[in-house]
Amino acid sequence: MNTTELRQFAAEIRTAALECLESFGSGHIGGSMSIVEALAVLYGGALRHDPQNPNWQERDRLVLSKGHAGPALYAALALRGFFPREMLLTLNQGGTHLPSHVDRTKTPGVDMTCGSLGQGISAAIGMALGSRLNGWNNKTYLILGDGECDEGQVWEGAMFAAHYKLSSLICFVDYNKQQLGGFLENVLDLGDIAAKFRSFSWNVIEAPGHDVAAIAGAVAAAGAQTRRPTAIILDTIKGYGVDFAQGVEFNHSMSFTKEQIGAAIAAIRSGI
Amino acid sequence: MYTVLTKIETHPTLMRDAFGQALTAAAERDDRVVALDADLASAFGLSDFFRRFPGRAIQCGIAEANMVGVAAGLSSVGKIPFAHSFGCFTSRRACDQIMISGAYAKLNLRLIGSDPGITAAHNGGTHMPFEDIGVLRSIPRITILDLTDPVLLGDIVDQLAGDKYYGVYYMRFPRKNAKGIYAPGSTFEIGKGNLLRGGADVTIIAAGIMVAPALSAADALAADGISARVIDLFTIKPVDADIIARAAAETGAIVTAENHNVYGGLGSAVAECVVRTQPVPIEMVGVDDRFGQVGSENFLLKEYDLTPEHIVRAAKLAVQRKNG
Repeated sequence: MNTTELRQFAAEIRTAALECLESFGSGHIGGSMSIVEALAVLYGGALRHDPQNPNWQERDRLVLSKGHAGPALYAALALRGFFPREMLLTLNQGGTHLPSHVDRTKTPGVDMTCGSLGQGISAAIGMALGSRLNGWNNKTYLILGDGECDEGQVWEGAMFAAHYKLSSLICFVDYNKQQLGGFLENVLDLGDIAAKFRSFSWNVIEAPGHDVAAIAGAVAAAGAQTRRPTAIILDTIKGYGVDFAQGVEFNHSMSFTKEQIGAAIAAIRSGI
Repeated sequence: MYTVLTKIETHPTLMRDAFGQALTAAAERDDRVVALDADLASAFGLSDFFRRFPGRAIQCGIAEANMVGVAAGLSSVGKIPFAHSFGCFTSRRACDQIMISGAYAKLNLRLIGSDPGITAAHNGGTHMPFEDIGVLRSIPRITILDLTDPVLLGDIVDQLAGDKYYGVYYMRFPRKNAKGIYAPGSTFEIGKGNLLRGGADVTIIAAGIMVAPALSAADALAADGISARVIDLFTIKPVDADIIARAAAETGAIVTAENHNVYGGLGSAVAECVVRTQPVPIEMVGVDDRFGQVGSENFLLKEYDLTPEHIVRAAKLAVQRKNG
């Protein structure tokens, strides 16, 4: 996809994710909205995958370590044809294939079960290392939340990935500066996240997180790495593109009305 | 099929060497087998594996949570990972990773917790897991194995290094010597208890390092006219409900013997089975809700009431309770 198409795809993902969330009436809207552009770049072309064959062995993989952003990923997967779009309206219903937190055993196209924060990085590392041992020429993508970086396991993994020179590992950090309990600086100050990854010997790229062209450029640059894993620090806004969520301190998980979601979708469509 | 040795004595092969040899042999025939370790490989008999399969020997540093997660990721791309740390760290430090990245995600892990219970000896209370089985046993569909001797250990590693089993398997065993119970060439079935000795008055169900004391206790009981059956219940989850219910029905009294807290371990597992099938008196030999401490294994066996004499006493009490 070209930049215009990626922007359009992002709007479609955002709209479909809102429909998914609206079907349940509440959910993790803030962190779903902040990763939409990254997902658009991945599922718009960067991530080698085949919706008709979701278990294609040598595919690229995505580990959504901030597993609560499932609705955004489900929207991208549905739009790519992994499952029917109507399924998006089953979020969190009993027996659903779309649980609040992503589950590899339930949803076609979901590569790892995540939700207990901090664990996705290790699984992604295992995938990247195992793929290399298997002789596969693929990438493993990872999306970390910034609040998630409170978890010590993130840094165990960061040290490991650099030590093993896992250049096929490309990690987005959704740097939206908010976590459940408020702003990072008030809950637990993350400090300079880019500097932290640099100090762990990662290749670090900082990018505006809602600019698909910039993200695509960062992914391409990361893909050219041969000796270091890459962290792409996405400068994002939690709840981006949804007026009742964006800029709200406690937008991690919210309740909303049909009317609110309808207005948000109308605003997105009018902006296209 | 297994054969029980007639004379029980210390096996010359270290348990860690039996593990390393079995894993190396498995890795020779199947390149999906990989080993992960948290800075204990040289203390765990994996040095040879690390030399021979450098790409497939994954040193994780002192980071057990990451190690288990990496193992899960490896298994998702087809590898068969064996990940080791001391039992205290594998079970406690990485519990959530075992639960979510492993069991809940339905991935394929072989986890080793070495030096269970008193076999941690001079590493002391910080390193002495009397709770690893209890911590892990409530994770759905996990398999928990307390491995008795090098013959059993080698056979189980061999079986787990292929396609026969899928899921999360936790093995606990000491790094050093164990008493030899089984003849070379014996084979075993995960989920089946091993009947080591027939008996009609009471059944001693033991696992791991407590199997040899259970056999000694049975000898002592025989001298006192009590016929004791002995079962090696090396699979603690899922338990072999048939062999337990049959023992309860046929002997009417049970003693469990474990190198673990009596809360949550073998005794609990057996009791859960007995009360649901064939309720009979049960006495539990094990650690009575205490923390570990430093000491020689002989000191600790006595300190925590884990000797043949304690099993004999418990068996007599169980028989007495049975006879009302």
